[in-house]
Amino acid sequence: MKAKSYYCDSSCGPELNRRQLMQCGFLASAGYLLAARLLGAETTTPVDPDAPPKAKEGTAKAVIQIWLGGGPTHVDTFDPKPDAGADYTGPLKGTCPTNVPGIHIGELMPELAKLADKYSLIRSFTHGDNGHETASYLTQTGRNPGKVVFPAAGAVVTAFKAFDKSDKEQAEKESLVPPYVVLTQPQGRFSEAGFMGMKYKPFATGGDPNAGRFAVEGIVSANLSESQQRDRRALLARMNALGNALPTDSELVVAAKSRDDAYDLMLGDAGQVFNLNTEKDELRVRYGRNKFGQSCLAARKLIEQGTKFVTVNDGGWDTHKDHFAAMRSKLPVLDRGLATLIADLADRGLLDSTIVWCIGEFGRTPKVATESPWNGGRHHYGKVFSSLVAGGGFKGGQVVGESDSRGENVKNRPVYPGDLIGTMYELVGIDPEASLPNPRGDFIRATPGEDEGMRSGGRLKEIT
Amino acid sequence: MSIRRAAPSNVTLNSPHRGQHRRRSRSFNYQLLQSFTAIFCTVVLGVFFLYILRVSRENRGTASSRSIAASSAANDQLENESLRSDRSELRLGTVPWSSGLPQPGMTTEVSSTHGANPFVSALPAQPLGTIDDLVWKQFAALNIQPAPLCSDEVFLRRIYIDVLGTLPTAEEARAFLDDRDPDKRAKLIDMALERPEFADYWAMKWSDILRVKAEFPIKLWPQAAQAYHRWIRTAIKNNMPYDEFARALLTSSGSNFRTPQVNFYRALQGKEPAAIAQAVAVTFMGERTERWSTERLEDMSVFFSQVGYKPTGEWKEEIVYFDRRKGKDKAAFNEPLNAHLPNSVKVQIAPGEDPRRVFADWLIHEKNPWFARVAANRVWSWLLGRGIVEPADDIRVDNPPSNPELLDFLASQLISADYDLKHLYRIILISQTYQLACIPNGEQSLGAEHFASYPVRRLEAEVLIDAICQITKTSESYMSIIPEPFTFLPEGTRAIELPDGSITSSFLEMFGRPARDTGLDSERNNKLTAAQALHLLNSNHIHNKLKQGSGLSELLSSTPNTAPVDALYLGILSRRPTDDERAMAGGMAGYGDGAQTLAWVLINSDEFLYRH
Repeated sequence: MKAKSYYCDSSCGPELNRRQLMQCGFLASAGYLLAARLLGAETTTPVDPDAPPKAKEGTAKAVIQIWLGGGPTHVDTFDPKPDAGADYTGPLKGTCPTNVPGIHIGELMPELAKLADKYSLIRSFTHGDNGHETASYLTQTGRNPGKVVFPAAGAVVTAFKAFDKSDKEQAEKESLVPPYVVLTQPQGRFSEAGFMGMKYKPFATGGDPNAGRFAVEGIVSANLSESQQRDRRALLARMNALGNALPTDSELVVAAKSRDDAYDLMLGDAGQVFNLNTEKDELRVRYGRNKFGQSCLAARKLIEQGTKFVTVNDGGWDTHKDHFAAMRSKLPVLDRGLATLIADLADRGLLDSTIVWCIGEFGRTPKVATESPWNGGRHHYGKVFSSLVAGGGFKGGQVVGESDSRGENVKNRPVYPGDLIGTMYELVGIDPEASLPNPRGDFIRATPGEDEGMRSGGRLKEIT
Repeated sequence: MSIRRAAPSNVTLNSPHRGQHRRRSRSFNYQLLQSFTAIFCTVVLGVFFLYILRVSRENRGTASSRSIAASSAANDQLENESLRSDRSELRLGTVPWSSGLPQPGMTTEVSSTHGANPFVSALPAQPLGTIDDLVWKQFAALNIQPAPLCSDEVFLRRIYIDVLGTLPTAEEARAFLDDRDPDKRAKLIDMALERPEFADYWAMKWSDILRVKAEFPIKLWPQAAQAYHRWIRTAIKNNMPYDEFARALLTSSGSNFRTPQVNFYRALQGKEPAAIAQAVAVTFMGERTERWSTERLEDMSVFFSQVGYKPTGEWKEEIVYFDRRKGKDKAAFNEPLNAHLPNSVKVQIAPGEDPRRVFADWLIHEKNPWFARVAANRVWSWLLGRGIVEPADDIRVDNPPSNPELLDFLASQLISADYDLKHLYRIILISQTYQLACIPNGEQSLGAEHFASYPVRRLEAEVLIDAICQITKTSESYMSIIPEPFTFLPEGTRAIELPDGSITSSFLEMFGRPARDTGLDSERNNKLTAAQALHLLNSNHIHNKLKQGSGLSELLSSTPNTAPVDALYLGILSRRPTDDERAMAGGMAGYGDGAQTLAWVLINSDEFLYRH
């Protein structure tokens, strides 16, 4: 019988510095969602032991993710199969030849066809999962659903690119712009910060960027004028009895700082990033005067101001019923918005440093469901689908992989979610062996890998 | 910390029936009892002595013996008595608040607090009872000056928020503040412990630890999560002794729908024995196995190596059971299982005996060094904002308790009260230590570790949104579209009642509701962030509640004899305004909708957002 009592045992795990733990608790909390500025305050903020190492200077500085929630069809967009027969094409039989010889895309995407030299298409994307939640998780994290919730690519990129405060000048410049923004509604619980916690969650703007005044939730009030806001702020400061009685309490200091930052964003110049009225009407029309188009425009403005990851969260792609009617209304909007975004970024010299990544959680059944009640619908299809990537180090004018003649299986060069995400992380400068911040301080590699049981077709070397 | 070595090695020979267990623990405790009697007598004598001193000094004959807090309350009351006449008249008509609301004949209410600081009582705190004695002993040793006692207003709010996760209504606040019973603090505690919100709120807290959520990555499934939550809430409502609670969670077998406590074995990050052991260690021993040696974790895993899982014909139903063949070679079916308890005692488990029971019997034995201490430390940390071992779920040799005697005392109280958690709540809440003000008397950092003042901390996400809904008389809709079929909760469900951590709510997420993935306290984040500040200060969500809810106008109209400013303070901050505050609020009469603006100010004040 072993006689040792647990409390005297010397064989227990590695010692953890208590101070570090407390600091880590403090940091995990201090509200950073909105700003690297908070991180700049080194005199009052201890160093985060869990913070990721600084990302290297990557070719890409920022990412815009165009998320087509619900799962867009691949055969009517980036991988048309005009020869598969009417059972497969439905009424959309034609294609658009692009400005790159040999590449054709769906007939409802003429604008994108004009600039195929600026983006590449992956036509052999696959994970095989047909459930919205699990497929979204796979596509956005590159990881198989399992014991822990991994952060989405947006949170990882932001963790490495925006929460690094070693470059103070840059941090100061980018101080108030939210580093990770989703336009306009959050994607949901499988898509964001995962185990990294609140600090890495995106700022969801709410509101409608196509409205006369883009009422960004919390930042732009639909009801109060700026002077009313200032009066209220002064009143709150005077009447804040507890805060005034406890001016040095560590919790209330955090509260006061958070309120100051909030007001800076509401009343200062930083909030102007959301003012689309400063853009020329002609450009706004080119993007499309609709929520999606103006979200793309807002994304460009945010990237210009230093935001690291913007998700344009578009929905309505889950077209089990009346698929073709939906495509006739949705595809022109996507085509215009996305094409203008890529062109606009290129015109401003930002495309080389900005990745544009368009994808949904899966594709849709290539064979049309004509029977009742689907009335010409397409269902979930994770076996093979397409994604568009542009900029930030991705070459243009290329096609990666191939699906079979009906778009039902990967014909060659499968690309798994982790392959694309791993490639993207390399382009933004994340060390393939870097660890993610996590509450337990464990080593958890940022980049998904085959050793975790994920299938892989290899990094996208052909287009980087 | 005094170390109790090795639990009795005979625990495996008989798994004692509950009744026997109780009897045995009594006789076993004889020596302990003797020493307690000695301590207890000393304490009682000491307290009595102090009390006599105090009573004679104050020259008042209140016969109550429950607490000095009570007599201090009475003291406040007496002082107010003398102020009442002149104050109320002085204030008449000086509140030109809001659109013509003050009416002729309307009186402002008398503030029972003293001038500028509504947070402290006029009385200094004095030790009363063993908890206070042990805490004050450290104050003396470390030369720490404790904060003064908190005011009645603060105490009232604290009891509601800390014990019920619920804001007092304006009427409840008024009734308590105007109550002249010297025993009113003790009575408030007794009342709170019997309210239904007690079960709601503590079921929420335990559901964090027991990881109650339907989906991802822990897939309990909505029905199972709700059944699990209901079981936990019922146990708390019925005040199930804590050792029975733990034993039921650890040893039950059956369907996840029909024997909901078996979901303990499903709400895990993995179903392999080591993952189960990890969850058991953090839940009931307050230890993180990541800090253990591999060998220790392997040893403990043996007790969970025969937990079996099987599906039934019903969709998503799963049976958790003792699978006597699992983990054994065919040849070894009839061999005993050799295992080491976490205190290194070796045990042999006969074939056919569920190893989980052996573990549970060892765990809940009163000589177990972890069990009662961990529970006592958790309750303490919940109420006082900081564990005696901090964090409460990271107990290890190099993280010693800040006050070992206090922890021992609380644990022994829990054991001698047959694991009645409410007893523990009661003795902590009535202590002067709990009733200290949040304004520290000296440097914050050293005092904090020794509970020299009540720590300020932000309301939990659920408590905060419930409080805002209560004031504005609005509600939130709680539902979940994942998984299908969707889950909808009835309109008006409060956030503290939510039976499932997967319910969608962007407010709760933004304000740091825990993911319930690990059961660690640190999953919950109660720091105010800039995004949260933006939301509270300027979102349509909050703005619309203030504007469209009927709460504010009801608050104003339901108290026709009260000035609007007083009504809003009572409803939102559970106190009356100070003279200065009345003056400041009065100066704002130019605003279009004054009541809404004042409510906005109060809701955004630290006093509203933070426990204090």
